[in-house]
Parts: sequence; structure tokens; C-alpha cells
Amino acid sequence: MPAFLKFTRRLAVLPPLLLLAGCDMVVMAPSGDIAAQQRDLIVISTILMLLIIVPVIFLTLLFAWRYRRSNMDATYDPEWHHSTALEVVIWSAPLAIIIALGAVTWISTHKLDPYRPLDRLDIARSIPADTKPLTVEVVALDWKWLFFYPDQGIATVNELAAPVDVPIDFKITASSVMNSFYIPALAGQIYAMPGMQTRLHAVINRPGEYEGFSANYSGDGFSHMRFKFHGVDQQDFDAWVARVKSQGTALNRDAYLKLEKPSAREPVRYFATAEAGLYEAILNMCATPGKMCMHEMMHIDAMGGAGKESAENRERLEYDSRHATGEEAPAATIQAAGAPARSEEQPQGTNEPMQHDMPGMGGHEGHSMPGMHEGGDPAPAQLRN
Amino acid sequence: MFSDPDLLKFVFGRLTLEAIPYHEPILVATFLAVAIGGIALVGLITYYRFWGTLWRDWLTSVDHKKIGIMYVILALVMLLRGFADAIMMRLQQAMAFGGAEGYLPPHHYDQIFTAHGVIMIFFMAMPFVTGLMNFVVPLQIGARDVSFPFLNNFSFWMTTAGAIIIMMSLFVGEFARTGWLAYPPLSGADYSPGVGVDYYIWGLQVAGIGTTLSGINLIATIVKMRAPGMTMMKMPVFTWTSLCTNVLIVATFPVLTATLALLSLDRYVGTNFFTNDLGGNPMMYVNLIWIWGHPEVYILVLPAFGIFSEVVATFCGKRLFGYASMVYATVVITILSYIVWLHHFFTMGSGASVNAFFGITTMIISIPTGAKMFNWLFTMYRGRIRYEVPMLWTVGFMVTFVIGGMTGVLLAVPPADFVLHNSLFLIAHFHNVIIGGVVFGLMAGVVYWFPKAFGFRLDPFWGKMSFWFWLIGFYFAFMPLYVLGLMGVTRRVSQFDDPSLQIWFVIAAFGAFLIALGILSMLIQLVVSFIKREELRDRTGDPWDARTLEWSTSSPPPDYNFAFTPVVHDQDSWWDMKKRGHSRPLGGFKPIHMPKNTGTGVILGAASVVFAFAMVWYMWWLAGLSFLAMVAIAIGHTFNYDRDFYIPAEVVVETEGKRTEMLASEV
Repeated sequence: MPAFLKFTRRLAVLPPLLLLAGCDMVVMAPSGDIAAQQRDLIVISTILMLLIIVPVIFLTLLFAWRYRRSNMDATYDPEWHHSTALEVVIWSAPLAIIIALGAVTWISTHKLDPYRPLDRLDIARSIPADTKPLTVEVVALDWKWLFFYPDQGIATVNELAAPVDVPIDFKITASSVMNSFYIPALAGQIYAMPGMQTRLHAVINRPGEYEGFSANYSGDGFSHMRFKFHGVDQQDFDAWVARVKSQGTALNRDAYLKLEKPSAREPVRYFATAEAGLYEAILNMCATPGKMCMHEMMHIDAMGGAGKESAENRERLEYDSRHATGEEAPAATIQAAGAPARSEEQPQGTNEPMQHDMPGMGGHEGHSMPGMHEGGDPAPAQLRN
Repeated sequence: MFSDPDLLKFVFGRLTLEAIPYHEPILVATFLAVAIGGIALVGLITYYRFWGTLWRDWLTSVDHKKIGIMYVILALVMLLRGFADAIMMRLQQAMAFGGAEGYLPPHHYDQIFTAHGVIMIFFMAMPFVTGLMNFVVPLQIGARDVSFPFLNNFSFWMTTAGAIIIMMSLFVGEFARTGWLAYPPLSGADYSPGVGVDYYIWGLQVAGIGTTLSGINLIATIVKMRAPGMTMMKMPVFTWTSLCTNVLIVATFPVLTATLALLSLDRYVGTNFFTNDLGGNPMMYVNLIWIWGHPEVYILVLPAFGIFSEVVATFCGKRLFGYASMVYATVVITILSYIVWLHHFFTMGSGASVNAFFGITTMIISIPTGAKMFNWLFTMYRGRIRYEVPMLWTVGFMVTFVIGGMTGVLLAVPPADFVLHNSLFLIAHFHNVIIGGVVFGLMAGVVYWFPKAFGFRLDPFWGKMSFWFWLIGFYFAFMPLYVLGLMGVTRRVSQFDDPSLQIWFVIAAFGAFLIALGILSMLIQLVVSFIKREELRDRTGDPWDARTLEWSTSSPPPDYNFAFTPVVHDQDSWWDMKKRGHSRPLGGFKPIHMPKNTGTGVILGAASVVFAFAMVWYMWWLAGLSFLAMVAIAIGHTFNYDRDFYIPAEVVVETEGKRTEMLASEV
């Protein structure tokens, strides 16, 4: 198989690459082993299908030309409409291709399952026994990326780094709406969804600076929801971690809740420390104080659910309302007001004073924010453990 | 009185003057153009005293032919709107590079791509397909109308009402900024609090009623109203594909309706089906919407396959190769289209076995599709091909569609999809199959059946211009998107940093410009053909020397379609009749029982527009009132016993006599 792969790669990738010289087809020339295998799959599938597509196009054009009305030499047989032999061929030829492709699909889908830990660094090298994978917890926010490095204790916004030839174990979620975490040079994408965790295992094989972005539309700031992914060697990675630690601030819940507010074109930010359990809280949608964590709710449900008294939990389960303003339709007249989609509060989101206003809502007039009232309340006892 | 804010809020809900986008120059200009066009149209209708005819013979008509024509007109109008959106997107993406923000801010751009998708699928392709089925199917099966003629009129007006609701969002308020399938949580009340998603929901709900009812109607028509002798395996292929399409419609559109109803409950009354709150599950919406969404693709493309089957047999002067396998292929596609929906979200974290299952079922669909392709191919083999315009579209389709099919199967391989999903490669793929398959098919169908509908052929020169502009424009517009997809460019992005991408977007914009010329040529073609209509007149009723029953009657057909119901002996029944020296009956005509026109459909459609508008803007009193009005009108209509009449025998004799003269003058 590998030899065949190499052959097909040369055969199929080179001509289009030559043709499109000067343009950077990152999907066809990636730098990570997973993306490379996905590229190989594209090439193999395309070749398999061309086996049937090329003859069809050729025959179409040939018949279209040969049987034109002005060509009186061509046979004309107006009643000929059936041939069992031909029928067998036209059903079995695509069938054969699909059987081959289906086998390739079944195997490759399991082998390249993003949830499956890697079993090699690249085509030639297996993973050394003493390698410890790098864990990165990814949160898609409106509209920027937050990366936790639990082993290093740091976090960053809109910048990701990883040592080359070290498997990376991504755990991915989102704070509000669906996004898709995608670094074409590294590996295929996987969605980032609120209240859910997806996984991606990948490895970068060549040092470099690569593009990462959201591949699923998520609202106003989506176009600039991009980050740089740095593939670096181990020393540089350690230096990068040290730099984040020395330059960064602390990421606690308050800082996260500020960060989480919708904003676009965010600059890179470093956090030297990240509050323990913050990623888990985000994943369970209970980073805001007073909210019930999803896993807690699931536990209650698994235990048979609560009775009437569960009504008390209602407000604690309203996660989306933290973005709502309480007004009926702030964005109805977007063209008129120039208000963004998510929230009237967005321009103020970066204002420091607002956070301080929260507990008493004293100096904050005009807007009622039902979801935010909890902000000042002490968290119920069961959340504090 | 108007200074009382509570009263204002009661009367107008959340509608205020601020909702009128008078400070958006693009929208103001559009509005002026539409207003001037509208006034001109009204003026022309008044000048030619056309209002009476328009109301009596068209708007209230239950004649399937007229309803079919009105569907196609609706589709063409919406094509212009959807294409204007496309041009705006192409310009924005060609301009917004390296710091330049282009001319569309995100909140406007996001509405445009949402509107483009919604309009092209629901209000261009769907009415176009339904219109052709409506016009052609009863004629092909030798029937005088559909099973439920009033229902047909009502369906059309509900579809039109949906289109009007969507168009209103352009000038009052805004449209959704969610993408054409409005995934929650983004489309939920908390993240899209404005009226955009509500316009989307009500537009689709109202039109969806029309689509579902017209599906029921056409199934009943095909199952129950075929001419004697036309067994299932003697039905024309277009009728077969129409049957399968309508089965798909009836089975899937209720899913869409239910899904959108759940979304509107979330938005209006605070339920939590698809929210993050209170254990809601957005993934459920994604599953449900694609359980409708994937069969929808086949709803569009199957009738196009049917059109190509008719066209290829006619213009090759040869019986369709492999009729039976064509039929089985259609049925297999119909069934398989229900078990592939998950391939739209391989990247949402399903397990490998689930992904592989749905990937492989998707690939299996390419087998019957491939068989169809070979069937058309071998119909051409040993044929005698006349390159009239419909045949050009067919050959253009065969070459273009297989490329789209190939990239589609590629996207069905889950690990490949991980790198291509949501990229411009995907955009290129589905435009490749929808333009190369559905649109080319519809264009072929229009040129093919136009003489049947209006009694004269379309001008071939401008038809060929349109074809070549469309074909070349398509390749210029979408091949660059394949390349951009492989460069890792994702969809729905309105501003770019990397300047090396720009050239591809410029090429794509040029392609869109060529397609614009293609559409323009088509419009010129309509005008030129109308002017030259005497020269292009079809006196025989069979201008293409075709094979199916619709060509046995006059062009345009009389109100009753067939003076006598034809008797069918073979698949290509009209070809068979011609071959056996069929002679047209010249006497013994009887009065013909026909359904009577009614204005109820128009009125119900108008009431639906009012209802939807009131719901969008929270004018609860108006919503209640219009809903009650609809119920009352619908009940009232059931007491209308004056719903049929007889065309007297003398009128039939006269009409058929004229046809005899016309046929004689031709020979």
C-alpha cells in the first residue's frame, strides 16, 4: 500500500500542482500526518472514480459527435433500446468501483477517526514509547479561540503552538454557538459545539506557521475568527511556554467571563495560569457563577430526575440568556441601529466598569439583564464542591 | 393617540420606522428599481385592460397548465433575485482583500448568503420543478387536469405567499443571518433576536404547505388519472421521476415543517428543543433538518433526470435505452436518499462506524445515478442526434454533472470530508450538481415544452447564446472554487487576508458575469421569440417529432387537453400512435366536465402573507384576525358547490375544427 501511495501521489498530485504553480494548495500539501493521509485518500478516491468518469465523458463527446444528424455514415437504429449484456456492464462497473471505494472508506474512516489516538508519527516512523502526547483544550468563543494547555498550566487566545512530531490530543468545545476547529495543514476539522466535547488527534511533522480558523459560520465576527498555529521543535516550544508564563496574566472565571463576551479581531493573548477546572466548567456551561453544570443535571436525570422541586433549577439552566439583553428585538433594525447580532451589550463588553456594576446593578441604568442577576448571588452549596 | 407607546406597541408590535432600511443605499436603490418596475407593470396591465383577464383566466385559474406556467414565472422572478445576491457575493469576495473590507459589512453579507441559498432552493428550483411537473404530467398521462384542481391553485398561491414574505424582508426589517439551514443555537432567540429568522421560518412554513399539498396532488394524479392502457411500466420517464419526487416531497416536507415549528416554539414561547438551555439539543435540529435536506436534493434533481430522459430520446430520434433500468434506478435513488443524511455532518463527532455507514450509503447512490448516465449515453449511441437547444443542455449536463458526481462521492468519504467540509470545494460541488444537473435540466425543459405551452418555439439563436454563456460561465465561476477549497478557504467568509487567493475570486466573479449574460440571453430569447412568434409558430402540436402523449394534442393544448382520452399501447405512446398511422378523431365530440375557477386560493395566500407578517412583527391582534379569516374562508369554500361546469360539445367541435384546419394548412 505505501508504495502504491507514493506512486499515486506522484502520478496525481504533480500535474495539478504544476498547473496551479504558485498557489498554495494546503489541503493537497499538508504538514501533518493525519492531513497527509486524508490527502492520500482524496487522491486514491479521485483516481478510482476517474476510471469510470473519464470513459463516460469521452464516450459522451464521442457519441455526441459521431451520431450527429449530419453524419449519415453512422448507424441509425431507432428501435434499439435494450441489451442485457450492456445493462450488466453499466450496473456492475459503478458497483465495482463503489465496492473498492467502500472498502477504502470503511478502513480509512476507522483509521482516521479523529477520536482514535495516533499509532504513528508519519508514514515511516512509529511513536516512540516514551512520548507523552500534548493535551490542548480548545474553546471556540464569539469570535476567537481559547486554548488551554492543562499540562503546562497556561492558556492562550488566538495562538496555538505545538512541538513537531509529538501527538496532540485536542479536546474541543464552544461557549455559545457551533464553530468548526480547522487547521488544514495539520488535520481535518471537527466541530466545536456548546455543551459537547469533540476530540481530535493529530501531529505536525514540519515546523512552520500555519493557518487555523473556524470552518463553520457562527455570526458577525466569523470572517476574522482565525489564529496562527506554530509547529516548532521541542526547545522552541518550551521557550514559547516560558514566554506565555512570563508575559501572561491570570485566567480566572472573571477574566474568562469578560473574554467570553462577543468580540471580533481579537489580538493574541497569553495567560500564565488558568484556573483549575475552568475548561470543565465551560464544557458544562457553568462558568457563570450560579449556573448548574450540565453533568450535574445529567446526574440528576440519570438518578430518575427531580420532582416538582426541580423547578428551582430552571433559571440555573438558562445558559444562553447570558447573551440576551431582555429587550424584545434589539437586532430587528440592524441596518438602522448598527447593532450587532448577538447583543446590544457587545460594545460595552470590553468595558471594565460593567463587571463591577454587576452585583447591585446600581450604576447601570436602562437595561435589565435577567440572566445576569445571578452574577451577584452566592453560588448554591452544591456547586462549590 | 400615536404618542401612546403602549398603543403603538399593541398595533405595530415590534415594527417601527427604524425597520425601514432607508439609510442603506444598496437597498434604497433596489427598492426604487422594484418600485419603478412594479409601477410600470401595473401601468401596462391597466393600459392594456388586462386586469379582468389576469384575474379570471390566470390568478383564479385551476387549469394545471396555467398554474404550471405561473410557477415557472415565479421561479424566473426569484432566479433574478437569487442571482443578484450571487453577484453581490462574488463582487464582495473579489474585492475584500488585505485590509479592504469590500462594500458589504458582515451583517449585510450574512443576510445575502442566507437569502441566496433559501431563495435558490425554495423559491427558484422548487417552483420551477413543480411548475414543469404541473404543466407536463397531466398531459403526459392523458389527463384533463390534476386530481384536485383547486388544491393545485391553493398550493401555488401558498408558494407565492412564501416568496412574498421572503421578499418583504428586503425592505421591512432584515433577513436571517444564519446560513440557509439556520442551525441553532445561532438561529435561536438568544443569538438571533431580530426578525430575520422569523421571516425565514414563516416564509418556509407557508411555502412548505403549498409544496406538500402539491406533492399529494401530483401523486394522486399520477396514480389515479393515467390514460387507459398506461400501466406503471408504460409511464413516460418524466412522469416516473415526478412520481418519485412527489413521494419524496410528501415524506420529507412534514419533517421540515415540524422542525421549523419546533424552532419557532423555541423562539416564540420559550421552549427549549434546540437551545443550550435546560437540556435542549441543537444536534437534534441538525439531524432533523438534513433528514429533510438530503431528500430535497433528489426532489430537485430527479425531475431534471426525467427531463433529460425525454429530451435525449426525442432528439436522438430513438427509444430510450434501458427504460426498465431507468425506472428502477429512480426508485432506488428515492429510497436511498433517506439513509444518507448524516453525510452533511461527518465532522460533528459521530463514531467511525456511523460515519462509514453513511459514507458508503451515499456512494451507493452513485451506482443507479451512474446507470442513468450510461442509459442516456447508449440512447445517443446509434441515434440521429438533432442539436436543438434542449439537446445542447443535455450534453452539457452529461459532461458537467459527472464531475459534480465525482466530487460528491469524494465528499462522501468521511476522512476526505474532514478536510473539505464547509470549504469552497463543497460549494463548488453542490453548485456543480445543482447548476449542472437541476438548472441545466430546467432550462432544457423550458425550451423543450415552451412550444407546447405557448404555441411557438423559442428562438434558437438566443437559446444557444444562453446555453454557451451558462456553460462557460459555470466553469469559470466554480472551477476556481474547487481550487480555493483545496487551498483551505472556507465558505461564508466575507473578508480575506491572503492576497494570493484574490485572483481565483476574480476569475469566479468573471464566471458569474458570464452567467449573468446567459440569463440576459434567456430574457432576450423570450422577447425575440415573442416578436417572431408567427415565424416560430408550432401548428402541428409536435414540433420536435417527439414521443410522449403531450405532443399528440395541439400547442397550446385546449382547456380540456384531450377531446378524447387517448388509449395507450406502448411506452412512447405518441411515437407508437404515429408509427401505427394514428388518425385524429374528427367527430362524435361530447360535452367535457371541467373544474371551475375560484378566487379562494389567492385570498388564502394573501391572508397567509398578512398572518406571517403579523407573526414576524409580533402584531398579535392581526395574526389572530388573519388566522381566523383563513379558517373562515377555508370553511366557507367547502360550501361552494358551484365548482364544476361542462364545456359544451359545440365548443369542443369548434376548437377541434380549428385544429383540423391548422393541421391541414401545415401539410
